Amino acid sequence: MTRATPRREPLVLGIETSCDETGIGIVRGRSLLSNTIASSMAEHARYGGVVPEVAARAHLEALQPAIEAAVAEAGVSLDELDAVAVTSGPGLAGALMVGVGAAKALAVSLGAPLYAVNHLVGHIAADILTGDDVEYPTVALLVSGGHTSLLLVRDLVSDVEMLGETMDDAAGEAFDKIARILGLPYPGGPEIDRAAAAGDPNAIRFPRGLSRASDMAAHRYDFSFSGLKTAVARWVEQREAAGETVPVADVAASFREAVVDVLVTKALDACAQHGVPRLLLGGGVIANRRLRDVALERAAAAGVAVRIPPLSLCTDNGAMIAALAAELISSGAEPSTLAFGADSTLPVTEIQVRG
Amino acid sequence: MILGIDTSIGTAVALVDPAGGILAEIVSPDPRGHAEVIGDLLDRAFAAAGVGPADVTAVAAGMGPGPFTGLRVGIAAARAFALGRGIPVVAVASHDAAARALADPAFAVAANAADSAPVVEGQPLAVVTDARRREVAVSVYRVESGEPVRIVDPHLVLRASTDPVELFGAPASELAETTSISAAALARIAAERLASGTAVTDAAEPLYLRAPDVTISAGPKKVGT
Ligand SMILES: [Zn+2]
Repeated sequence: MTRATPRREPLVLGIETSCDETGIGIVRGRSLLSNTIASSMAEHARYGGVVPEVAARAHLEALQPAIEAAVAEAGVSLDELDAVAVTSGPGLAGALMVGVGAAKALAVSLGAPLYAVNHLVGHIAADILTGDDVEYPTVALLVSGGHTSLLLVRDLVSDVEMLGETMDDAAGEAFDKIARILGLPYPGGPEIDRAAAAGDPNAIRFPRGLSRASDMAAHRYDFSFSGLKTAVARWVEQREAAGETVPVADVAASFREAVVDVLVTKALDACAQHGVPRLLLGGGVIANRRLRDVALERAAAAGVAVRIPPLSLCTDNGAMIAALAAELISSGAEPSTLAFGADSTLPVTEIQVRG
Repeated sequence: MILGIDTSIGTAVALVDPAGGILAEIVSPDPRGHAEVIGDLLDRAFAAAGVGPADVTAVAAGMGPGPFTGLRVGIAAARAFALGRGIPVVAVASHDAAARALADPAFAVAANAADSAPVVEGQPLAVVTDARRREVAVSVYRVESGEPVRIVDPHLVLRASTDPVELFGAPASELAETTSISAAALARIAAERLASGTAVTDAAEPLYLRAPDVTISAGPKKVGT
């Protein structure tokens, strides 16, 4: 679907603080002017996962310099902005609140309208900034350290349906936890990838969560990685107890294969069941080479076209938040009031929070 | 004019003119919900004062101490507002504003201090605020020429502690607790510090007084169940 180009494309600044990246993006309509990201990932490394209070403190420190850097890169001034956009949820409450407080005050100081938007739908909107014509409906698979969601997008600004999501850990968290079990550093994704390069993905058959025939009725598109995590931990413990050397490469490759298999299988099942020959991938875990390769290979066989935005737009960022707001503006959506808050469990059907 | 924003307890927003006159002061006493109310409070303060954001020349940010999640909302808002207008942010300890309000009846929002001891020239003045987790944050001032001068920096004390507060014969639990910060007093202090060249306008750290809790996030909670 291609919308008519609005007479004047809105200049929007987006603020994203839902997890550990402070993202400030500036777009003019569908054109990306700046995608500035300050990450606190390194501060979480010694804890093996995102520490909410550490993330929230880092957001407060990073916001002002990130906004200044984004404005400088975009070559615009703040008073030219047509709107300010911010992630209202879902995400870590304390982290979201930093962005919400800043966005409201910035909007008031500029006299600019404010758009409070959904983080997950933002991930889908990132694809618009690639400059290609995006077609809907599409199935979207969003995989990161914070979420693992399968969505059906009929229209970006008005009709997004949650088909399924993780019942326990996000896929990215599963990578972090298995990396810890294997004695690899945080973040686990790239480490598991490195270790898996020399391994056999079929060496060990780890369980595929919620993939039995009996799961299809209630959890066809949902994910679960806790059973897989336990299975890997048990397998490793048994080898260690027997005094054997743990074949780290094979464990990493087999674990990764189990995650990738279940993600791609369910995503393509959703495409088939809904008659949608398009699959959009988003979220930081898309950086995983094996996930992209398997998705592309199996989608091609199934006649499904796969779209993967550049990684800088797949990880959490403010540009996707600005892009979603720009689309909302172009579609005639009214601004949010100033009364919305941070909603850590914001449902995906709430594309914009009116307040 | 100076915009004062403090979210170390409730949410407080005020506009004062350079001479210190209070043009508007709006408070939400709710110790949560700072992110929800901050925008409306700003809007209402401008409406009440009959001025616009372009009339603001500096923003005073209450740096705490206070519960972190709420505290950050006000500091983030103060910095973003200032950025939007290209004006400085003046970092002010929230307790300094509380002490000022106790010492100067012009800052009426400090009505909660009615049960506190009268402020006497040359005598110590304690500011006690909630710090959650069965602790309070305490600072001590001495009133000199009608102005509170901080002599003990903010620090945490167990509510149940029987140790007397420095310069006081009584523990913190027996001292009056401040339950509202005057954003007008905060803005007045910022105006004075700007005038005297003593304002801290670079990005100061919030007065957290506590290292972060290391609880690993389980990620955003599930939606819809
Ligand atoms: Zn995300």
